[in-house]
Amino acid sequence: MELYKNILNLSKLFRLGVNSYILNNDLITINIKKEYLKLFLKFLKNHYNTRMVQLLDIWGTDFPGKKYRFEVNYLLLSIKYNVRILIKVGVAEDDTLVSITDIFSSAGWLEREVWDMYGVYFSGHKDLRRILTDYGFEGFPLRKDFPLSGFVEVRYDDGEKRVVQEPIEITQEFRYFYFLSPWEHKKIN
Amino acid sequence: MLVRKSYKEIKNFMINFGPQHPAAHGVLRLILELQGETVLKAEPHIGLLHRGTEKLIEYKTYNQALPYMDRLDYVSMMAKEHVYCLAVENLLKCEVPLRAQYIRVLFLELTRILNHLLAVCCHALDVGAMTPFFWGFEEREKLMEFYERVCGARMHAAYIRPGGVVYDLPMGLLEDIYKFILQFRFRLNEIDELLTNNRIWKQRLVNIGVVTRDQAYDWGFTGVMLRGSGVAWDLRKTSPYEIYNQIDFKVPVGVNGDCYDRYLIRMEEMRESLGIMLYCINNMPQGFVKVDDRKISPPSRAMMKYSMESLIHHFKLFSEGYSIPAGETYVAAEAPKGEFGVYLKSDGTNRPYRCRLKAPGFLHLQGLDMMAKQHMLADVVTIIGTQDIVFGEVDR
Repeated sequence: MELYKNILNLSKLFRLGVNSYILNNDLITINIKKEYLKLFLKFLKNHYNTRMVQLLDIWGTDFPGKKYRFEVNYLLLSIKYNVRILIKVGVAEDDTLVSITDIFSSAGWLEREVWDMYGVYFSGHKDLRRILTDYGFEGFPLRKDFPLSGFVEVRYDDGEKRVVQEPIEITQEFRYFYFLSPWEHKKIN
Repeated sequence: MLVRKSYKEIKNFMINFGPQHPAAHGVLRLILELQGETVLKAEPHIGLLHRGTEKLIEYKTYNQALPYMDRLDYVSMMAKEHVYCLAVENLLKCEVPLRAQYIRVLFLELTRILNHLLAVCCHALDVGAMTPFFWGFEEREKLMEFYERVCGARMHAAYIRPGGVVYDLPMGLLEDIYKFILQFRFRLNEIDELLTNNRIWKQRLVNIGVVTRDQAYDWGFTGVMLRGSGVAWDLRKTSPYEIYNQIDFKVPVGVNGDCYDRYLIRMEEMRESLGIMLYCINNMPQGFVKVDDRKISPPSRAMMKYSMESLIHHFKLFSEGYSIPAGETYVAAEAPKGEFGVYLKSDGTNRPYRCRLKAPGFLHLQGLDMMAKQHMLADVVTIIGTQDIVFGEVDR
């Protein structure tokens, strides 16, 4: 609990940058402005009262139609105090984020994955290539407007003696069953 | 007279390792930059097993998404589905019955042995010792039979479900697991005798792939990779879930942070797991194995035969599923390979809005370059082995 107070105090220090903070189960979620991201992370890593020495994960979430379409989440862990913090940054579709690879080495691949899946660009990243998708892949698969089946399919062409990519052909259309009950989920419809 | 200068440009040797190399533990493609036999740079190319699990889960109900967890890390199946269940239960605010918790812990530790056996024995095989592999896999086969007896599947169990476990233990299973525990100690000692003081094994592992504590922090290592560097950090101790806070067990910690320490930790963890399993067997309570809430867990077959309401519940659960109130959670647990975490974001419907799977192997593999630098080419194989990489979870 001591640490929670400390972090809330720190958040007040950064009150220009912090949009909101909540305590959810044993996870502190802080929503900050993207200009302050690097400063804030550096502070959390090095400050004696937080010591968030590990960056465990970075992931994105897509909210189409919002002003800040992508939300990039940074999960930090303090071994000393046994506390996790989730830091959220909103990014607009045509905007970039600053890379934090010089603070946490583990951010390298994690940022590459966010770039691969969502197309959020990290400026200052030394090696921002795609990571999980195929060589020569186009599009950002975890965006909500990317279809589940994708756009291309691959097969081995015996004539050409290589794997070729072709536009996807599905004989039966993808069926997305909509099971929500109209009584219990009024606001969704 | 024109003198022609003859000179050669010396370039470092680039070598392609994998993706179909037996020591690559799956589909790892490494681009190695060598100077002589010394590795200057190791660059993993991953994603050859990418199946888009996170995307697929967004199109499935909470129950349908569960079997994907087994396919993530296909040598420690239940550990992964357990974390997913914890995340769903956390959002649903549902309490799991005590007997289900004991069964979960029993099978989680069984899974830990299953995983570490593969890790140690395949590591030995990569380094050149073939016998532990055969001995270890015979034991793994027995463990998989326990899996089969409890849920019908040898590997992809889908046994732990949100709200408990899907079936109660069959008759005589605990007794057989008990017999297994008694004899497995000796099997472990046999593998120990083959490897621990083996001169070749030590030459290949001691002082190879040394990770200091600060490096382990910096690269986000968890699990054995972190404990090998001398950090006593085990989520079963530091943030206990299920019934781990009642159980007395030790967390082995390394000193030097090299491959040999990590091997010793894995062996010791298996012994500790046996103790935890014994505790679960001896103290297994009676009672429900899933939460008695028909909106979360399906009714029994027998009930469905004569109760209309049960039939409706069953139908609704397996077609519509259950809706989770809007919210988000991140739950982590100590999987055999490290911290496996599931972040779930619900928007109030019956499907997750976003499901993020934090796989330990992804970050470990990222550290391969740091660990393999200035080592010999053959040591890369050792380091891949000690990291205990499984591509299902790296690529997701």
